[in-house]
Amino acid sequence: MKIVSALAGIVVKELYRRKDFYVLFVLTALVTVMMASINFFHDKSIAGYLKEACLWLIWVSALVIAIVTTARQIPAERENRTIFPLLAKPVTRNQVVLGKFGGCWLATGIALVVFYVFFTIVAGTRENQWPIVNYLQALWLQWMMLAIVIALALLGSIVFAAPSSNSTICFVIVIGILLVGGHLDQVALRQSEPVRTITYALYFLIPHLEWYDVRQLVFFEQGLVPWSACGLATLYAAFYSAMLLLATWILFRRKALNL
Amino acid sequence: MHAIVELKNLRVEYKAPSASDGKKVAVKNLNLQVRAGEVFGFLGPNGAGKTTTMNVLLGFVNATGGDAFLFDVNVREPIARQRIGYLPELTYYYKFLTAEEILRFYAKIFGIERSVAEQRIDKLLKLVELESARKRPLKTYSKGMQQRVGLAQALINDPDLLVLDEPTSGLDPLGRMKVRSIIQRLKNEGKTVFFSSHELGEVETICDRVAIINQGELKVEGPVAELVAKHQANLEQIFLNFIGYQPELAA
Repeated sequence: MKIVSALAGIVVKELYRRKDFYVLFVLTALVTVMMASINFFHDKSIAGYLKEACLWLIWVSALVIAIVTTARQIPAERENRTIFPLLAKPVTRNQVVLGKFGGCWLATGIALVVFYVFFTIVAGTRENQWPIVNYLQALWLQWMMLAIVIALALLGSIVFAAPSSNSTICFVIVIGILLVGGHLDQVALRQSEPVRTITYALYFLIPHLEWYDVRQLVFFEQGLVPWSACGLATLYAAFYSAMLLLATWILFRRKALNL
Repeated sequence: MHAIVELKNLRVEYKAPSASDGKKVAVKNLNLQVRAGEVFGFLGPNGAGKTTTMNVLLGFVNATGGDAFLFDVNVREPIARQRIGYLPELTYYYKFLTAEEILRFYAKIFGIERSVAEQRIDKLLKLVELESARKRPLKTYSKGMQQRVGLAQALINDPDLLVLDEPTSGLDPLGRMKVRSIIQRLKNEGKTVFFSSHELGEVETICDRVAIINQGELKVEGPVAELVAKHQANLEQIFLNFIGYQPELAA
């Protein structure tokens, strides 16, 4: 466990010593503050739209941080050859995979907390309401979803040599699931065999990331997701992340270290 | 004396880049023993199989046949690497970390207690003369300084065996002298050192025993003094003779 936490610590350190996170945060903050400073037609509901825009930016930024940070981890270790002094220590490849996953997930979690604190302040000052529990639940669910995304990007980093191709493919998959994943069962009904079975199989196989998107609840102030559903969603994310990490380890354990 | 490194009929094959070439044999049934407390020089021309052998010992590459042991533990077990320190040919460390951070990281990997680790980091940075630069990121270090950080990280667990892959490669004379004196000091402390080098003069000075391999095969092995006396030549001439170099053909 000490090895995994040491490896995770390095990933977190790398994130806050690079500029990616700061650029995304400043960009999100600037866009939100600019929007907040404009009072369109004295419309009070503008605060709701502002919240939606800010949450959307947080979702995009968090996805960018999670995928880009994860996609470069193992390829960078191989390319810079830092993997050699590391594996010359009593470190297994399994621990490397877990350490990288833990580090990326933790780093993304820290970034999410910063984003949500900013969001809470902006939304709170405009609406004079502080639904902290709702925001905490939205943060938690988003972080769980990012666990699956990070595990997917880690698997991609073993399959694809270039981090850029891995990042692009991960973005396409994640955005695809978020947009159409929940409708695949409806699509399957309109298909003839064997496409119907394939579409159904795909519907049951893919991780349903859209379940973690509670932005509409936050936006329309519709209360909390039941805690039991939240717990199940956490278990669901843990299961998919574990499966993806297992696949990553199976591929990585026999992988040649030289690029 | 007890063998710390043991290779038994070690064979490593890999796929040649072009499919028509089939499999390439990098190491052919290599048998070797490195005993406790000795400095062992592992010599050979480029492509002889030195790095491949070291890669097997360090668990980077799996042997196709035979066995390799460190402290009587098969190298396939990660625990075999608990008591070794490794310095790669070129320094490969996280450039965004400082020298003390990288040492702290590796100390944590070995499960060394924080207070012990801090004492050891101070001692090692003093040994490699990097005390004043300890808080600077590694990306600002010169090549020689990075190599010395590499040596410090190889010693963080107070290893019984040091595996050094061309430790003085690419260093200026001062850097070489510093690395050499550190190896000498480790030898005096009773550490076992297994290292590859192309600097034969250096090997002759530091090593107790050497092995010369060429095209994956062991050509000769023995104490340096014994080889020099037996062949009535210096180590460089012995090396050239065993790798089949013929000056008249080269000319």
